[in-house]
Amino acid sequence: MTSLQNPYREDKVHEACGLLGIIDTSKARFSAYEPIRAMENMHDRGNGLGAGFAVYGLYPEHRDEYALHVMYLDGQAKDRVEKHIEKHVEVNHAEEIPTDDKVRVVNPPVMWRYFVTPKRGLSEETGEDEYIREMVMRINMATGKAFVFSSGKDMGVFKGVGYPEELADYFMLSEYRGYLWLGHTRFPTNTPGWWGGAHPFSILDWSVVHNGELSSYGANRRYLEMFGYRCTMQTDTEVMAYAFDLLVRRQGLPLDVAAKILAPPLWIEIDRMPSEERKVHTALRQCYGGLLMNGPFTIIVAHHGEMIGLTDRLKLRPLSAAVKGGRVYMASEEAAIRVLCRDPDRVWRPKGGEPVVGRVKALEVVREMIL
Amino acid sequence: MKSYMLPEFNVYRDLERCVSCQVCVNQCTYMVHYYDEEEDLVKSREENCVGCLRCAMLCPTKALKIVPNPTSYRENHHWTRESISAIKVQAESGGVILTGMGCDKPQYTYWDRIVLNASQVTNPSIDPLREPMEIRTFLGKKPKELSIEAGSGRYSLTTELSPQLKLEMPIMFTAISYGAVSFNVHESLAMAASESGTYFNTGEGGLDRRLYRYGDHAIVQVASGRFGVDPSYLEVGAAVEIKIGQGAKPGIGGHLPGEKVSREISRTRMIPKGTDALSPAPQHDIYSIEDLSQLIYAIKEATGYAKPVSVKIAAVHNSAAIASGIVRAGADIIALDGIRGSTGAAPKIIRDNVGIPIELALASVDQRLRDEGIRNEASLVVAGGVRNSADVVKAIALGADAVYIGTAALIAIGCTVCQKCYMGRCPWGIATTDPWISKRVNPLIASKRLSNLLRAWSLEIKEMMGGMGINSIESLRGNREMLRGVGLTDKELSILGVRHAGE
Ligand code: SF4
Ligand code: SF4
Repeated sequence: MTSLQNPYREDKVHEACGLLGIIDTSKARFSAYEPIRAMENMHDRGNGLGAGFAVYGLYPEHRDEYALHVMYLDGQAKDRVEKHIEKHVEVNHAEEIPTDDKVRVVNPPVMWRYFVTPKRGLSEETGEDEYIREMVMRINMATGKAFVFSSGKDMGVFKGVGYPEELADYFMLSEYRGYLWLGHTRFPTNTPGWWGGAHPFSILDWSVVHNGELSSYGANRRYLEMFGYRCTMQTDTEVMAYAFDLLVRRQGLPLDVAAKILAPPLWIEIDRMPSEERKVHTALRQCYGGLLMNGPFTIIVAHHGEMIGLTDRLKLRPLSAAVKGGRVYMASEEAAIRVLCRDPDRVWRPKGGEPVVGRVKALEVVREMIL
Repeated sequence: MKSYMLPEFNVYRDLERCVSCQVCVNQCTYMVHYYDEEEDLVKSREENCVGCLRCAMLCPTKALKIVPNPTSYRENHHWTRESISAIKVQAESGGVILTGMGCDKPQYTYWDRIVLNASQVTNPSIDPLREPMEIRTFLGKKPKELSIEAGSGRYSLTTELSPQLKLEMPIMFTAISYGAVSFNVHESLAMAASESGTYFNTGEGGLDRRLYRYGDHAIVQVASGRFGVDPSYLEVGAAVEIKIGQGAKPGIGGHLPGEKVSREISRTRMIPKGTDALSPAPQHDIYSIEDLSQLIYAIKEATGYAKPVSVKIAAVHNSAAIASGIVRAGADIIALDGIRGSTGAAPKIIRDNVGIPIELALASVDQRLRDEGIRNEASLVVAGGVRNSADVVKAIALGADAVYIGTAALIAIGCTVCQKCYMGRCPWGIATTDPWISKRVNPLIASKRLSNLLRAWSLEIKEMMGGMGINSIESLRGNREMLRGVGLTDKELSILGVRHAGE
């Protein structure tokens, strides 16, 4: 890999990948030790071309500010983007994201984080979240050299080219704590990895890690474009984050309903449902067909207070889930969970298309859908 | 006046094989074949032959060969045989040259310059024999979002959806009017649509009472002539389609000659027997998008907002902007008919030169509606020369919800695309109302052939989807990533919104 950018400008890359999600449902924050251990355990699922983590409950001291993590592939882009940022939001604090330069990673871009609040008056029309989302989309499209890869409050994404344990060292993740962690290691098979193409993908406080390849990408992307989402990261996973942002944050659908839009029951199942249920599911497919995700996938999606694991309807990629005390674990393989908790209260492999949700407070694991 | 026309076809009869059974004499509606008693031989009048091939196909001893007449003018790429013949015909007749079926010029087919994608290693293809493949499609207005309420442990829907048409496959039979075709053909289309879980379109000639029992699978058309339009007609259909234009003859109205208006057709069309059924190109109450909107809502009022209303236009220069207007006027479905759309009769010069290829119109309409954020507001159905299941798959990947087939359906019944429908003597019993010739179509057999065609295409669509790693048609719709162009210019690719093969 000689270029930071994917020189082929592929719209998507293909992957096998290892995924992890851990949520403490009492919202107690814990260190990076466990997620790193689990990702190390799945070392062989990746090939060193991309890995990353998302942490929730990361910046309690900036709880009410949007934390923008930005990667700059050149200095000019930084000047331009910073001018843009300053024009639209109050920057309450800015700093380079600390890294350990002793750790050798390939071509790391310069990364900064900005804690910002929308300028008063400017965001009234759209609401703050939407205002920030629009700004992020604008920045990501503007130069091709600067990408906001994390934009939520009290959370952050750290990602790049390398193995997960290398990137954890590079970003010095052991300094951070959070109540919900996602981890990813990537196995792109036919395109080089680049820093922006690593997972998690994130918009506002949504982040997604994904194993698989979406054959529906073109349909999903064009559906999301109608709602103002611009896919700039050149991979198929990006659409997942935007889909959840659209369905749950903007349209107010429950997370498990959103999961049923991405991986709906088959028509033969819907046709057998009792009438009210059939009506809901039929309407979901009629209305949101453009967001049905096809092809092999396992995803773990998180936002504040909730984490959901989901595979495609045919379950062409693996997912294991476990509960232990107040913790919910999801990973590509049970071994990654077992290194953290030897005797979980329950461990299982969800069926294709059956979402597993871990939620703060409610302390519930929704397994049987009530939809 | 002495005619200078060369016969279009030569009829070769193998006298070794011919047994003088006179099947060809009886079958040929143009009286090409006749029996010469004196010589006890069956002979031909070649100049009458239109190349429908009925005789050759039904000859029990396969004694007949119908061959395009090789005698031609001196080769000339500009003054082709077609252009020279046209001038001679007009010099003799002084009239407009009529033709039937769709445009046959090579330059308009883009389907063949678009190829499909297939899965390989990381995104495996799906085996349709082992995994479910879903091609069910709903046509109608969809809301931008649904609101769902949680109550007593269950979710329920609080958004009320507009009426939808449910198709078990994304293929319907296009508008073909009773009068242009025989009752038997109409009945065959209705039966096959019902059996296959899709829809047929009545065309502008109304719906014969005997076919009301297929109303659940009928899209009833309202055209400028308002033939056969009354409350019961609107009531019995599953959807109503307002016809503004037609791919084969944009800007041209319809004309069913008085000879074809039999007692039954006069009853269905609600016009006097033996009078010409003229439907002008403009609807005289529609001269603007506001007028169209009024008609859409008049129909919705008349049918209690229980049926989707479709508006059909011919694909022309400004289709995208027109389609946007139609959506905003309240249509639930837009039917776009390309330059290859067929007809029972059209001036040949119009058929071959007016309109644009459906592929380009579809791509630009879909993109425009998306850019305006109103693509969900209406379904997009395309028509005009869809020949096989790959054309269907490509249309859906370009952005269509479903396709209408017309010529392909008639070919399934027997049509050989001889392009002489306007003569009303279709030897296959299709484009005719002559009771004697119409009997050649047996609705039971014809509907079986149509159902078989739909089934075959459905299987092929599922195979192609499986090959792409897609198991639900929703994920194919508008998925232009699955398409690549071959041998197209940058401009064509940009309008189609697809990349070149190899990219
Ligand atoms: S149908 Fe065939 S065998 Fe019979 S008369 Fe005609 S050419 Fe001869
Ligand atoms: S319908 Fe009949 S007349 Fe028309 S093209 Fe087909 S075979 Fe010829």
